[in-house]
Amino acid sequence: MNKDLLLYEKSQPGRRTLRLGRLDVPAADLSALPAGALRRTPPDLPELGELELVRHYVRLSKKNVSIADSFYPLGSCTMKYNPVLNEAATAIPGFNAIHPLQDSGRVQGALAVMKRVADALAAVTGLPGVTLHPAAGAQGELTALLVAHRHFVETGQKQRKMVLIPDSAHGTNPASASIAGLQAVEVASGPDGLVDLDDLAAKLGEDTAVFMITNPSTLGLFETKIAKISEMVHAAGGLVYMDGANLNAILGVARPADFGVDMMHINLHKTFSTPHGGGGPGAGPICVTQELERYLPSPRVVEEEGGLRLDYDTPYSIGMLRGWAGNFGVLLRAYCYIRRLGAEGLLRVAQNAVLNANYLRVKLRGAFHVPYDRMCMHEFVCNTKNQREQGIHAVDVAKRLIDLGHHPMTIYFPLVVSEAMMIEPTETEAKETLDAFVADMLLIAEEAKHEPEKLHAAPVTTPVGRLDEGRAVKDPVLCYTCSH
Amino acid sequence: MPFIQNTDADRAAMLAAVGVKTLEDLFEGIPAELRHKGPLPIDAGLSEDELWSELQELASWNSTTTAGCFLGAGMYRHWWPRVVDALQGRQEFVTAYTPYQPEASQGTLTAFFEFQTMVAALTGMEVANASMYDGSSAAAEAVVMAANLTRGRDKVVVSRGVHPHTRRTITTYLEWTGLEVVEAPLGADGRTELGGLLDDKTCALVVQSPNTLGVIEDGAAQAAAAKQAGAISVACVYPIALGLLESPGAQGFDVAVGDGQSLGVPTAFGGPSFGLFATRLANVRRMPGRIVGQTVDGQGRRGFALTFQTREQHIRRAKATSNICTNNALIALRGAIYMAAAGPAGLREVAEHCLAKTQYAARELEALPGFSLRYGAGASFNEFVLDCPVPAAQVNRAVDAAGMIGGFEIGRWYPELGPNALLLAFTELTTRREIDALVRTLAPLAAAATVA
Repeated sequence: MNKDLLLYEKSQPGRRTLRLGRLDVPAADLSALPAGALRRTPPDLPELGELELVRHYVRLSKKNVSIADSFYPLGSCTMKYNPVLNEAATAIPGFNAIHPLQDSGRVQGALAVMKRVADALAAVTGLPGVTLHPAAGAQGELTALLVAHRHFVETGQKQRKMVLIPDSAHGTNPASASIAGLQAVEVASGPDGLVDLDDLAAKLGEDTAVFMITNPSTLGLFETKIAKISEMVHAAGGLVYMDGANLNAILGVARPADFGVDMMHINLHKTFSTPHGGGGPGAGPICVTQELERYLPSPRVVEEEGGLRLDYDTPYSIGMLRGWAGNFGVLLRAYCYIRRLGAEGLLRVAQNAVLNANYLRVKLRGAFHVPYDRMCMHEFVCNTKNQREQGIHAVDVAKRLIDLGHHPMTIYFPLVVSEAMMIEPTETEAKETLDAFVADMLLIAEEAKHEPEKLHAAPVTTPVGRLDEGRAVKDPVLCYTCSH
Repeated sequence: MPFIQNTDADRAAMLAAVGVKTLEDLFEGIPAELRHKGPLPIDAGLSEDELWSELQELASWNSTTTAGCFLGAGMYRHWWPRVVDALQGRQEFVTAYTPYQPEASQGTLTAFFEFQTMVAALTGMEVANASMYDGSSAAAEAVVMAANLTRGRDKVVVSRGVHPHTRRTITTYLEWTGLEVVEAPLGADGRTELGGLLDDKTCALVVQSPNTLGVIEDGAAQAAAAKQAGAISVACVYPIALGLLESPGAQGFDVAVGDGQSLGVPTAFGGPSFGLFATRLANVRRMPGRIVGQTVDGQGRRGFALTFQTREQHIRRAKATSNICTNNALIALRGAIYMAAAGPAGLREVAEHCLAKTQYAARELEALPGFSLRYGAGASFNEFVLDCPVPAAQVNRAVDAAGMIGGFEIGRWYPELGPNALLLAFTELTTRREIDALVRTLAPLAAAATVA
């Protein structure tokens, strides 16, 4: 029996899962609709009974590697445990069955959750202006750059159009700059993996709008000269933006405001443990200085006599980047996480995340080359330099890891390290899991020497082997019914 | 400490392996003067049961829509089979990430491929992506794509009937692009009046049907007008309505976008939802977002992988078609399961129930003296503007006192409709009993207004 059929291949005319009860009003009068309004052919959706539907998705779920079944050290993504209670919270009718246009007096609980999350983020970052509106980190970056652009226009500094971005940054940084009508300029990294201050100084000037920095960096290193960098950027009249993708490492240890950051985004699906969901939903709140707060998107949660309300009337605001106030369900999960941990727990998160990362670094550095081999933060980058002679690439190590029961690390990022393998264990993993991963990585290093073909052939335990991704572009099949 | 498994003994052994004495020593890279002294001003942690009690209390401060709610205006209360919760809630889906390693992510990738197929089928388009954040941002991205496809044209015509959040999102995304947004007004019949707005400078026309006033637009005529002007036509859809109403693809639109909330997603105070994005195959290289394609492995077995990645920010950086990365995959999966559970017959049944309830409510409310339907009974799918003899806010207070949630005071978004206009929405979950209760609640207002 072929268990790999698609929904459309299982479909049988006349079947369905969703059936409504008897209509308690007269049937719809279709003739009342405007001429031409009715659909001529029904949508070609699959037709399945409930049992087949259940089997289909249960089988699909088993073809995923997830945090729930495996170690998932995907660098820069902070794949920590997602507490089950937080999922249950979102199913409470008082949070689930509420409409965003209800009178504010009838949704004080939802507004309180939002206010408390915003207050906690302000406490963590030291930046008082918080918006929970952006749908994900990249939208948070865009929001902040739009805020910066508006700020410079409002203050008569229209010429500030350059966004300086280190070469190790996420691709979303320059992509967001383009949409915000600003121009991305790359800043080099020095030999220590940190920002090259000479290069930065050379590129700062009267046209500087924003310096975007990921701190800790994508190499897992804290920018030790961050205070000096901020001073330089501020002296040139620019704003410092921090990509908060790696905030997990410094929770309760250091506040970005204290090292000169003016604006930053936070990925709630990373640091605050809301699940990654196969690629979202996330939430990308941004925190800014008091000076920039008035430009934040609409609506804002405001506190007035008589309670909280959503204020859509925000004259200086850059506008909206999506419908409604924010991804409330994601904010609620983050709220649960913050409440479980408290101030002390958040600090423990950072400490244990950094400990786990350094433990892996020292255990792996004998077998794999670690280009910046010093105390790291929540993650570190190694590569396959030691395996180059055997023709082993980062992708081979990654695929072999799948066969050994782990999700691979991030590979080929950051771009500044060739054959990069970026490892982020997170604080929620136990020492014995890390030890098992180390043992398998050391096994792979041995296999690279003696059985390199085993690595090239991997993975062999998965539903499919390495896929022909070139063919997917050359001969695109993007839709089942369109090609049959 | 919650969620941290390592014991003090584990930590001691690991610190020794790293070669430091204390946890603080691990942070040597952070200059001492930059470290935060003392605890953050955040309350102490709670146990799971303590948190649960707190959540119940917070939730009790919210009134739910379950006792009857006539709010819509872009978010609608629909039924979803509970199998949707069970399947989407599986930890293997919830706790995985973007399928960068396709061999380890065939579950998510297959589900996206099927999702794309179902969205293309629903909208009548040739290709769909694996979801956007929501309907509003999808519309903004569609305009950006249209501008890229029609370089040199710098005018975007957006109907006033498009949801105000979507219009505002489009304006925000376009602020620094040099594109000009022009609003097409609504006529006395509630439909968009394009007049002479479409010209050879127009890159995109954005319309919505049913529009924010609940009125079904003449999509075929709009798409044809855009085509004649050489502009890209973008239709904002309400997916449930497509069970009954003509698809944008069949009407001749170039792009269909929409919010997926009605496909099995709770209203949850506005999110997370997901966005649909579908278009013609010719536009695929300009499309934003993740796209999943079918291919084969070394043994010829069918498999799925992310494709056309050179459009995306992690490769193309500043020149990417969009900055989108993490989007709303898990909610899109909900939408996929819902569409598969409904099938064409289920979707049509839901749409017909929505229409039937709306037509029933229209007849009953129109019969009340002093109340009238602004655009007539035949213009709507599941939502209409009711002109009341008293301010809509007063009507809503009466509905609230009756233990239900009233409609939306649409004058807040469309001041030209006046303070007495109330936008009411009906779905398959609206019962006759609720509609009758609404009518009973409104009747005395009519009488009082007549006496006054």
